[in-house]
Amino acid sequence: MAATAMAHKHPNYMAIFWWLAALTVIELAVIFMPLAKFTIGVLLVSLALGKAALVAMYFMHLRFEVRTLGLIAIVPLVIATLLIFLLLPDGFAVHHQTSGGKKPAASAPAKH
Amino acid sequence: MTQASVHAAIEPAETPITPESWGKLGMWIFLAGDAVGFGTLLASYGAMRATSADWPNPYDALGINLTAFMTFLLICSSVTMVKALEWLGRGDRLRCRWFLFYTAVGGALFVSLQAYEWSKLIHEGLHINGNPWGASLFGTSFFLVTGFHGLHVTGGVLYLLSMIRYVTNRPDPAASYNAVEISGLYWHFVDLVWIMVFTFMYLL
Repeated sequence: MAATAMAHKHPNYMAIFWWLAALTVIELAVIFMPLAKFTIGVLLVSLALGKAALVAMYFMHLRFEVRTLGLIAIVPLVIATLLIFLLLPDGFAVHHQTSGGKKPAASAPAKH
Repeated sequence: MTQASVHAAIEPAETPITPESWGKLGMWIFLAGDAVGFGTLLASYGAMRATSADWPNPYDALGINLTAFMTFLLICSSVTMVKALEWLGRGDRLRCRWFLFYTAVGGALFVSLQAYEWSKLIHEGLHINGNPWGASLFGTSFFLVTGFHGLHVTGGVLYLLSMIRYVTNRPDPAASYNAVEISGLYWHFVDLVWIMVFTFMYLL
């Protein structure tokens, strides 16, 4: 066990801390930038994923673990991304109905 | 029976993924499952928001000054957590316990600030079934996601306090290194999830 403790690498944690703090400040600055809403969204999600990656790789030591453990860690991200694509058709359908001024099918009178 | 044979009785074989312990692999699998739960909540939030015509602008309705500070607080607590493990690795149990305590205090402060934020927003009219700014699901999703995360932080604070006792009861620093590292994985996960929650629910 002592060998395990000695073998574990400890990166420069303060450098990671300053990176995380700086990326948070950039996030706060981005929302007030005169950019298109889509561009702001892409920037914010990219910055958040970057911060999450820093925490996982260095604070959770994923960078120093075997690749299989990384695969376990990445599975939820893949599932969440798939879920977004599964929900997209539903979202577009509702958006189409509301923006087109059409009433939902449930409110239409039943035909006999 | 020696300590090694007791250990072997609990963990009969080394896992090739985490040779240190099965516990570490177990924590990673638990965190992956928990991340699916948070991912589902955030993806559902995105779907509800995208299909709503009157979703309020989160940073106008919720305000971000306090939550930006809370984000900074969690990042700081992650640093104290890794410092606790680093000191334990160097054989200094006293400093390890102090840094575990600082981490728990950071978590407790985070939960206290969240309780203050909730009470302020409830006073302003944000409820689980309605709010003055727009879609009623805005309040529902806000309380559900931040509440679920807050419960994780509360559990994490209790976990860290129990780890202080765990380290105290073991004179050999190496005997508690693995358990502290596993508790650290949980704490950093809580920080990681908040990074996503802060972006999706407050900034976007």
